Amino acid sequence: MTPRIRKICGVALAALSVAVLVAGLWTGRAVRANEGSDENYASPLELLLSPDGARLYVLCQQTEEIRVLDAATHAVLKKISVGRVPRGFSLSPDGARLFVTNSWDDTLSVIDTASLAVVAIWPVGAEPSSVVEDRSAKHLFVANRISSDVAVLDAQTGAEEKRLLAGRGASYLTLSPDGSRIYATHIYPNPTRVRTELDNRTPPMSEITVIDAARAVVVDRISQPAIAGVFHLAFSADGKLGAVAEYHPKNLVPLAHLEHGGAFAYTLMLLGSDVGKPIEIPLDELDRYSSQPFAVVISPDKSRLYVTLGGSESVLVIDIPRLLRFVHAHPCPANNSFASDLAASANYIVARIPVGHNPRGLALSADGRTLYVANRLDDNISVIDTSSNLVASTVTLDGPKALSLLRQGEQTFYTARHSFQGQIGCSSCHIDSTLDAVTWDLEPDGFGRDVVDNKTLEDIKGTEPYKWNGGNPSIPVECGPRTEKYFWRSENYDDKALTALSVYIRAIPPRPNRWRLTSGEQTPAQERGQTLFERAKDKFGNPIAESNRCSYCHSGPKGTIQKSFDVGTRKSTDNTGLLDTPQLTNIALSGPYLHDASARTLEEIWTVYNPNDKHGRTNDLTKDELNDLIEYLRTR
Amino acid sequence: MKKYCLLAMLLVFASLSFAVSAATAAPQMLPQFKFDNFTTANGLPDNHVFAILVDGERIWAGTENGLALYENHTWKTFTTADGLAHRAVLSLALDKRTGDVWAGTMGGLSRISGGRIDSFTQLNSGLSNDVVYGVSVEGENVWVATAAGGCRLDLHSGQWSLYNERNTPMAEIWAYAVSAAPNKVYYAIWGSGLLEYDQKTKRWDKYDDPDGENEMVLFKDQGLIHEIVTSVSYVDNVVWVATYFGDSHYDGRYWHNFLTKDSGLPSNFTNVVKGIDAHRAWFGTDKGLAYYDGVNWAVYRSSLTDGKPEMTVRDAAGKITSVAVTTAPAHNYVLGIDFQGDDIWVATAKGLSHGIRQKQ
Repeated sequence: MTPRIRKICGVALAALSVAVLVAGLWTGRAVRANEGSDENYASPLELLLSPDGARLYVLCQQTEEIRVLDAATHAVLKKISVGRVPRGFSLSPDGARLFVTNSWDDTLSVIDTASLAVVAIWPVGAEPSSVVEDRSAKHLFVANRISSDVAVLDAQTGAEEKRLLAGRGASYLTLSPDGSRIYATHIYPNPTRVRTELDNRTPPMSEITVIDAARAVVVDRISQPAIAGVFHLAFSADGKLGAVAEYHPKNLVPLAHLEHGGAFAYTLMLLGSDVGKPIEIPLDELDRYSSQPFAVVISPDKSRLYVTLGGSESVLVIDIPRLLRFVHAHPCPANNSFASDLAASANYIVARIPVGHNPRGLALSADGRTLYVANRLDDNISVIDTSSNLVASTVTLDGPKALSLLRQGEQTFYTARHSFQGQIGCSSCHIDSTLDAVTWDLEPDGFGRDVVDNKTLEDIKGTEPYKWNGGNPSIPVECGPRTEKYFWRSENYDDKALTALSVYIRAIPPRPNRWRLTSGEQTPAQERGQTLFERAKDKFGNPIAESNRCSYCHSGPKGTIQKSFDVGTRKSTDNTGLLDTPQLTNIALSGPYLHDASARTLEEIWTVYNPNDKHGRTNDLTKDELNDLIEYLRTR
Repeated sequence: MKKYCLLAMLLVFASLSFAVSAATAAPQMLPQFKFDNFTTANGLPDNHVFAILVDGERIWAGTENGLALYENHTWKTFTTADGLAHRAVLSLALDKRTGDVWAGTMGGLSRISGGRIDSFTQLNSGLSNDVVYGVSVEGENVWVATAAGGCRLDLHSGQWSLYNERNTPMAEIWAYAVSAAPNKVYYAIWGSGLLEYDQKTKRWDKYDDPDGENEMVLFKDQGLIHEIVTSVSYVDNVVWVATYFGDSHYDGRYWHNFLTKDSGLPSNFTNVVKGIDAHRAWFGTDKGLAYYDGVNWAVYRSSLTDGKPEMTVRDAAGKITSVAVTTAPAHNYVLGIDFQGDDIWVATAKGLSHGIRQKQ
């Protein structure tokens, strides 16, 4: 058997295994909607220490609870149920209340830390992901990922007073040490206003939104050029140094040859008076990357900075005095970024501590001696002795002992270990199993050819074929040889890993649709829009060819007929105009649109890129009607 | 019966006493200003200033060549390079809760938030038309007046609702201005009167000139003064309306109209009206800036004959008095008005003016 035939057989076998396993899963125990798992894993995502250091609060995303541990003995004191898919939490300044954002309920749970009971549940914006209270206990600030804003709530009643515009996918909030400012980061880049000749090769742009805590207004936006994916920000106790974890995609060059420069730089942006103007420093090392940085903490004495690396399954330790010496000793690059200097990190990284799968949240004891790390996909917490930079112990959160196939697949999805020098994992581009809102030039189509928008992975089961050109008939094909060859450049998956990965991806659920009315009814605009979506005649009474109706190509429960069509959007750099029909699931969340992201908004699909009605008959519609059509699409 | 007669007499007496006392006291009471004028010579990006907005100590000016911000005695200009939808900024509104500024331009609607500018156009959003004459923020709604009707952007849901001849009594779709409040929203429609939206009932109503579209006033105070409505200001449950042929005041029951021939209005051709409360308002005309205190009028301008600064006061009896002044707004063609405490800012066709209230 030649290697090629062996490979084909392997793929076929993997595909068969997936089919059998998935069929079994779907006929057996219902898959949990939030994480795509059939087991009730705790999935610790974030950690907090009580002000007195006696308790360790653990946000368990999949069991949807807060576990309260004795910080000394690690015994579980209480399990407190919260809402669906909790994502962020914080303590009030006096430690009396614990606030938890329930990202799929669009609510905030308020826990009394004396009784360890939920005392209030307040409605907030779409997909709340982080919360902080100001020092005066006047306002709560909540970052809403879907509505891309920061809601300002009355801290005593929970009544929403207003929402402040933040970056797209607003997710993480930090109160400055003096309590005067709140910093908001976001995981998807802001829509760029830069237009290029083909409208599809623009660098991403992100921001740190700076809010005056007393006035509750935005006072500044710190620009983060070329950044897509920004996570936790931490300050030194004196407030003079801030550091935020972020992804720096290199998407304007072909995604090829990881060994020749790579697809990502993983960096910190430093800010504050210690550094002057904000500056970006790399976390990557010469021979290994620091994939998917997430949480940051700074030791009380400002000697050390710790960063979790979700894809590299480790914690980086940075010597802050050396870091500052590096920053001040080197001429600042014109773009305020050292991201491309892989030698830079040798100046300040002093240790890389291996921990568990997909480490996320961090908590550092007040004396700086003990660092807790939430290993999300291992259901445990690494306890690190910071004097030795070694894991002193591991706290296991009770739960399933065995790894389900789904869980194995999720681990595979988030790890970067398969790629050359541990550079990227699936989740580098599919942040939190969704998308990154960035266009990429993938190698298989030829350099500079077929620049494509990164599709979301929500609810993609049953929408095959995959890839914009419909070239991959199944997830095992999409994720198997193609990924091994063109992305990882290093280690291929074995059959079991590929099967598990495929099972996981097929089980990624859609987020709740925020535009559908809870009553199941439609607004008048949605109703009118659906009529337009399904119409067979245009406004002049002329029949619309079946293949040119919205409801033909975007048919079925997920809005795809699973075939390719030429909708007139081919660019000069595209190899073909035939494109796979994308599913419509949560289409309002997955912009930009069209195969190469040239449409910034749903409107532009028709107002700019459908001059000849090839993408459905729409040019007879008035602006009101187009708005109605979009209101309907948002409910899909 | 006696009781009613007595009450009526008392009311008439009280009204007359108020009118007379106000009229006699007015010339001294009407505000006087020292006007500091800004042009391109001292930092303004363009002398054609269409709109003015005061946000505390920050002054925003919508000019023909960018959005200018005056802060700490320095002008900064935002242009299309910063993300502004178009260089010509026609209207401005402040979201007082968030501090965001909304700018209506000749090429779309821009939101200025913490230094970031996001622009909405008829191509990239549900905005009905790129020519945005007016904008007003009320709660989570941004109300927009465009050359193709009105729109509302719901900031929570992102939904755009369009209002035009198909779903409102709007005969023409040239919406010139909008003034929104939690209970009512008013649209000034150029050629189609005044449109009222009741936020509670979600119904539209329309106010027309009872004389039709002709320029004669046959029925004074019987309704809107003219169909060509250019500006509207809703305050204290009273709507002030400006047209090119006089101005109107409507309290929900009675109309009161203002013409040059029977008021202190310096010109019937009015570009903008800005109400202070139910009784007081400022008017920007092609022949100067005017203030009405409910009884008396004051006009601030450069003399139409010799160009020298002048302030005139007209009392309830029609008596006109000159007040000695040394400054006047930058130009008599007034396009925008806003207040900064006791001070006034005035957008004109040839510069921006800061009227600094003088102690009297």
